Amino acid sequence: MNLVSIKNLTRVFDVSKPWLNRVIERLPKRMLTAVSDVSFEIPERTTYALVGESGSGKSTIGKMVVGLLRPTSGNVEIDGVDLVTESDAAVIDRIRTDIQMIFQDPFASLNPRWRVRDIIAEPVAARGGNTDGLAERLLEQVGLSADDVNKYPHQFSGGQRQRLCVARALASEPKLIVCDEPTSALDVSVQAQVLNLMSDLKEVHGLTYLFISHDLTVVRHMADTIGVLYLGRLVEEASPDALFTTPAHPYTAMLIDAAPRLDAFGREVEPPEGEIPDPIDPPKGCAFHPRCPLATDICSAERPTLQPFNGGRVACHHAGQVALKGAA
Amino acid sequence: MTTPVLELRDLTVDIPTRHGTLRPVDNVSWDIAAGEILGVVGESGAGKSMTGNAVIGLLDPPAHISGGQVLLEGERIDNYTLPQMRKVRGKRIGMVFQDPLTSLNPLLTVGEQLEETILRHLDVSQDEAAARAIRGLDEVGIPSAKNRMGAYPHEFSGGMRQRVVIALSLCAEPTLLIADEPTTALDVSVQAQIIALLKRLCRERGMAAMLVTHDMGVIAETADRVAVMYAGRLAEIGPVSQIVGHPRHPYTDGLMASTPAASAGNERLRQIPGAMPRLNALPEGCAFHPRCPFAQDKCRKDPRPEVGASDARAACWFPIEASEAVA
Repeated sequence: MNLVSIKNLTRVFDVSKPWLNRVIERLPKRMLTAVSDVSFEIPERTTYALVGESGSGKSTIGKMVVGLLRPTSGNVEIDGVDLVTESDAAVIDRIRTDIQMIFQDPFASLNPRWRVRDIIAEPVAARGGNTDGLAERLLEQVGLSADDVNKYPHQFSGGQRQRLCVARALASEPKLIVCDEPTSALDVSVQAQVLNLMSDLKEVHGLTYLFISHDLTVVRHMADTIGVLYLGRLVEEASPDALFTTPAHPYTAMLIDAAPRLDAFGREVEPPEGEIPDPIDPPKGCAFHPRCPLATDICSAERPTLQPFNGGRVACHHAGQVALKGAA
Repeated sequence: MTTPVLELRDLTVDIPTRHGTLRPVDNVSWDIAAGEILGVVGESGAGKSMTGNAVIGLLDPPAHISGGQVLLEGERIDNYTLPQMRKVRGKRIGMVFQDPLTSLNPLLTVGEQLEETILRHLDVSQDEAAARAIRGLDEVGIPSAKNRMGAYPHEFSGGMRQRVVIALSLCAEPTLLIADEPTTALDVSVQAQIIALLKRLCRERGMAAMLVTHDMGVIAETADRVAVMYAGRLAEIGPVSQIVGHPRHPYTDGLMASTPAASAGNERLRQIPGAMPRLNALPEGCAFHPRCPFAQDKCRKDPRPEVGASDARAACWFPIEASEAVA
């Protein structure tokens, strides 16, 4: 059973200069396609990870899934309900309770003037639910002490704050938690604690995660399925093992090769060339072709579609022809 | 033996506060030879950036060097006056900071900033400075360097900006480069490019570098030797292959095990329980003992161990032997 089903999701941002400047300077409108035609499904009780570099659209997708942004076109279906077209307020409210989000920066996402008890109970209190003992129970679940309920966020360290965010996300007993770079502001030893906590809670509560990260190694530990984004498009989708041993898309292979490795001291590999192109004016055809070692004429002419490949999906004219440089 | 480019001898930094004196850097000693990259790792608050700032004399008051010495090419610089220090910064020690946008002046073109730095430190003509600036940009891999001289920092992408900052820090040909989290704000593919660039420059110029980062992966790929810091103190120092392959301090071992590896599967990460103690509440004895799986009475009672006290590499009473290390 798929909890989340995303079909042809697209989001375009208008990044033009103000109207008057456009008229005076005779500038055209400028549109930035942050997410383009992305489709994927997340089965219940699994973790789907979106990886990509900055500007690949991963956070935009996360925001559209929780409803913080409206898609330009396409559908986000959660538990069989399309949040974009659904008009029954009661149904929307029920689905919204099932979705929670954990943000990247635990310093910015907790209100400094609220006590921990109020922060954690808010998702339930806002809907008039019973919050007796809720904060205490959740604090214990995330590895903090029930005595902490009267403290303020500034009394906690970064890792503890992210635990508070996790506790708040659990308060309304959601089915889906969207985690946008939940550990990238944390130190490695604390990151390990938070990742382990998230894995444990997933088992206990039967949660489904949409896990957004730029860090391939973190994703490998968390995900059941990984989707790789490049310039707003899904270029490859596969299970972690398949993705890391036999990446089918040259961009995936480049990312894996570029990631620093612990066992790689003295490694001399050619670093990848170029950077993510300007999303306002993306290259024609396959967006990756200017940086791609396998690119041929067809790549600059025709945009590849996402096709089933080796148990996953890949959008490449030369799928499966790439080899990892670092592979021993 | 030749004189190392940078030598720290028992460097100690104090911050006096109303509630007592904090010691973010405590008795740290190491040296860096020409052409060598020393990686300094540790979690936030371990004192790694503070050590770098102490070397270049950029400590924010009331923080100050309260003990020990900093020697640059055998010459003591920690007691230099401000005008003396200004001649050292940029000229003999180059600096690269984490955020390339805040280290460049947004109102000056890249060319102007490079030329200004060159003219300030080297006795060359305006034309020669311009030529050197172009060569500098070229060297760090900025395409069509000549045309980009007139561009402002905001016209560059993040990776290109960091290249400009590196060109800027190298244009006066320093003998030591201090890079404080140079790739943390960058994407992985760009990070790989910057790492390769730093390695190449150190090798070609015989420049010593101190690379401060919290990312074990970056250290493993870049550094020749690694210094691991914990709560302001040196926990372990040694060649990268030994530190990464056979850590002897339990903290290094834990740090390594909690780093998710691309080559490993979906298993649970080993975590270090707890968090680093605050500087105003350091435990007695070894600062790591409350989190250490091997802690014994000696660790809690005896004064903290130094590197070399019981082990050549690790500041630990009971260093991990190669045979018992958790694989």
